[in-house]
Amino acid sequence: MSDFAVQVKGLRKSFKTTEVLKGVDLEVRRGEIFALLGSNGAGKTTIVNILSTLLKSDGGAASVCGLDVKNQADKVRQSISLTGQFAAVDGVLTGRENLSLIAELRDVPNPAHIADSLLERFFLTDAANKRAGTYSGGMKRRLDIAMSLVGTPSVIFLDEPTTGLDPEGRLEVWKMVKELAGGGTTILLTTQYLEEAEQLADRIAILHVGKIIVNGTLAELKKLFPPAKTEYIEKQPTLEEIFLAIIGKEGANK
Amino acid sequence: MKSKTIVLFGRLMKHILRSPDTIITVALMPIAMMLMFVYVFGGAVKTSLGDGVNYVNYQLPGILLIAIASGISYTAFRLFGDMENGFFARLNAMPIKRSSVLWAHVLTSLVSNILTLVVVFLVALLMGFRSGAGVLSWLAVAGILVLFTLALTWVAVIPGLTAKSLEGASAFSYPLIFLPMLSSAFVPTETMPAVLRVFAENQPVTSIVNTLRALLNAEPVGSEIWVALAWCVGIAAVAYLFAMRAYRRVA
Repeated sequence: MSDFAVQVKGLRKSFKTTEVLKGVDLEVRRGEIFALLGSNGAGKTTIVNILSTLLKSDGGAASVCGLDVKNQADKVRQSISLTGQFAAVDGVLTGRENLSLIAELRDVPNPAHIADSLLERFFLTDAANKRAGTYSGGMKRRLDIAMSLVGTPSVIFLDEPTTGLDPEGRLEVWKMVKELAGGGTTILLTTQYLEEAEQLADRIAILHVGKIIVNGTLAELKKLFPPAKTEYIEKQPTLEEIFLAIIGKEGANK
Repeated sequence: MKSKTIVLFGRLMKHILRSPDTIITVALMPIAMMLMFVYVFGGAVKTSLGDGVNYVNYQLPGILLIAIASGISYTAFRLFGDMENGFFARLNAMPIKRSSVLWAHVLTSLVSNILTLVVVFLVALLMGFRSGAGVLSWLAVAGILVLFTLALTWVAVIPGLTAKSLEGASAFSYPLIFLPMLSSAFVPTETMPAVLRVFAENQPVTSIVNTLRALLNAEPVGSEIWVALAWCVGIAAVAYLFAMRAYRRVA
């Protein structure tokens, strides 16, 4: 088996007359966290949607776990899971019901047991029997990610997992993502936050006007760009640090 | 192993059972209209219908069609909700047959509308609806109502998949709810001005209403049943084609 969980070569996609992807190349190794960084409208979601078989590309090749996303879409869906840009939880169902629904759909034996263990792992046990519609943004996202883990897919796509979350929620999600990757799952996440990529990713690719312009580890990227200067500055706490210190949730353990 | 369509159908039925406002709007609106037609206009209409006409019987088919037309707006509403929040995409990226997602919505629409129709029938019974129809006629009534629900469900799938806003997704049902007013459902078409009368007598609701009325009153249905069936099948077929085209674009 190849070392790559995701391989993309010369990927092209246009919507009507707008060319969104102009030949994207990228590779994600098994078990790593790979961050696709880019501003709004750069085409991050388009790549994720092609890889998760929701969209068909116009040209180029894309494979997940060695399976072609166009010709072997059914098999690709067995090994992936998509967490889209908006927490796609069913607000009318409870947290537990959301998880067992996905377990039933994925033919996982003992859906109730899977639901309970994921609820515990994502600190949602107390809210298990409340409707997901009443959850906070961070809780919804955690449930959303938990739903993606049902059936232990080997590759998980996280499309802007922390967009719209408050700082606490963001730290919670980061912690989950790190844990996941620790368990051997390959994660491709998209983000527009530089800090997020820096915090989470083993490797980072920057997508700009339809092409990957750089690709490498954080250390490699740092080497490419303005050399480090030594300056002495007084380190003021950031507003985020102040906020988290005041509400007493630094490290966000909930 | 349970069929995925059934699993997803179970999910959508929970949506219906857990939102009392849906149940109330869907069942109460046609019931309120029935009360209005029977007790407000009924007395006046009856005099022009002649003696011996049971007006509860007379207006019931029209009310049933209104109930279906308002019921299917929630089909569009639920489908739009799944599109909007990404649940549809989540399901489509999973290893299940994609059509099961759509069929679950269609099945939910059929079952929930049938439940509404049963409630409307029961209320009509309390209001004095009586039928001498035999088993075969009742089966024909049920068949036509299911076929009409299926046809309008496929109509509802189109805005459900393509609408840009929630209002847009359900607005299409207003003309459908209004259509029975311009038909033989509540008053005889003979009293209408010429242009309206031509429209009323040639639009689908009139043939369906007349057929249902004849079946429920144990009267001969004549050839109108074929016109009614042709309308139902025709609407279902055309709507299905457009719905599938919209579906292929998003799934």
